[in-house]
Amino acid sequence: MAEATRPAKGGMSKRQRAKVGRGVQYVILLAVVVVGAVLADWNKIGEYFFNVEVARALFPSVITTALLNTVVYTALGFAFGLGVALLLALMRLSSVGPYRWISGAYIEFFRGLPALLVFLSVGFGIPTAFEGFNLNRNLTIMLSLGIVGSAYMAETIRAGIKAVPGGQLEAARSLGMSHARATTTVVIPQAFRIILPPLTNELILLTKDSSLAFVLGATLAKQELTQFGRSALTSYESMTPILVVGLCYLVITIPLSVLQQRLERRFGPGGKGGQGSGA
Amino acid sequence: MSEIKIEITGLRKSFGQVEVLSGVDQRIEAGEVVCVIGPSGSGKSTLLRCVNLLEQPTGGRIVVDGIELTDPDTDIDAARTRIGMVFQQFNLFTHLSVLDNLTVAQRKVLGRSRDEAESVARQNLERVGLADRATAMPAQLSGGQQQRVGIARALAMNPDVMLFDEPTSALDPELVGDVLGVMRRLADEGMTMLVVTHEMQFAREVADRVLFMDGGVIVEQGDPAEVIGAPKQERTRGFLARVLDPTHAGE
Repeated sequence: MAEATRPAKGGMSKRQRAKVGRGVQYVILLAVVVVGAVLADWNKIGEYFFNVEVARALFPSVITTALLNTVVYTALGFAFGLGVALLLALMRLSSVGPYRWISGAYIEFFRGLPALLVFLSVGFGIPTAFEGFNLNRNLTIMLSLGIVGSAYMAETIRAGIKAVPGGQLEAARSLGMSHARATTTVVIPQAFRIILPPLTNELILLTKDSSLAFVLGATLAKQELTQFGRSALTSYESMTPILVVGLCYLVITIPLSVLQQRLERRFGPGGKGGQGSGA
Repeated sequence: MSEIKIEITGLRKSFGQVEVLSGVDQRIEAGEVVCVIGPSGSGKSTLLRCVNLLEQPTGGRIVVDGIELTDPDTDIDAARTRIGMVFQQFNLFTHLSVLDNLTVAQRKVLGRSRDEAESVARQNLERVGLADRATAMPAQLSGGQQQRVGIARALAMNPDVMLFDEPTSALDPELVGDVLGVMRRLADEGMTMLVVTHEMQFAREVADRVLFMDGGVIVEQGDPAEVIGAPKQERTRGFLARVLDPTHAGE
């Protein structure tokens, strides 16, 4: 019996083998980095990606125009999409058959389409189909992004609603609340606390999808980050704008992640204002 | 003759093919405290949940305060405001503070002002001995405290009758006493109470009447001293032997 727990062949225990294995991983990682650094042409990289003059020329319009437009387009799309998604989720959970079917069909349809196609359809399809009915640019982007986001968010919200314990609804009903009242005051607020992480995910995805607005074409003042970066790339013949624009996306998304973590700590499961078992 | 608060006639409830309640009749007078005991699966919780229509009965009539709840034209939401319910799992609204748990339905259902709702809430927190925890979140409270908040939340609606569904079954043993103490005071104040419980001591001391249920029917009922102390039915005797002396129940 005792032999089984002793060091086996090679005289190494399980712990020692794990240690050696990890050492090998570090060596490989280091080797990849070194080889990459040696092979890369640092002068060219510096010139193309880190051209300070080009970077300086991008300011302030990269912030005041491009970043701002990206934020505005994303906010519009997210707000519209969230509203539609909530409606779709409630429809999908409804006891009324046609509501469930319509919602299910919508979700399956738009979840399966590339966002680019939705942008093209809304941007060029609607004005063609309804003659004289011209959506302005902001509205087009809001609809396109909203439609794309809502199909995903509807499923997230539905999962959140189902994750709220049934006793919560029963307690609310036993106090005389109607089903609708109980859903809005008790179930949905708790569902949103549960789905905060995946919802932040959706918001970040939409931030990046807002770059698809380029297919609609835009004047300089209406360009969002990616289109702005592409134009600058052509006019300066440098990769630096791509780097700057990329950093701008992180300037949007990283604070969102931090905000999500804060909110989660405050409201999420186990948080001060969230659910959790009694002490 | 005293006023009848709860009248149950020919109550039946099936879940699919399984009949859980097979004809229950019961009249509960104003101020009466009735404890329902019985083995698990006997239908006692279902009976309680039918009284405020959390479960839709398959057949029979439920009349509370002269309002027939089983009438499809009855406004069930309005009727439920008169019937307080306390759950085994407390079911406090986890996203709301203790105070908001007590005020949300007062304001949104009864239409009370914030000031009035908060004043009623604080009175009822006082009643259950938790006046100092008004700003706490439910997750910060012990199980016993949560259940007392659950009772206060139901009382804040000024109900005519109170239903308790195994209110102490999810509690650690040392926390049971506080909750039973609150219930005992409520009974002394004259509240009409229907209590599903496994606390035989409580039933014996506080109840005016004890119902023993098994197999979806009331097998035996009467004075607690008789039903618990000297049961007539074989099924009641067997159940009480298992509950009161579990270590020798197998013999």
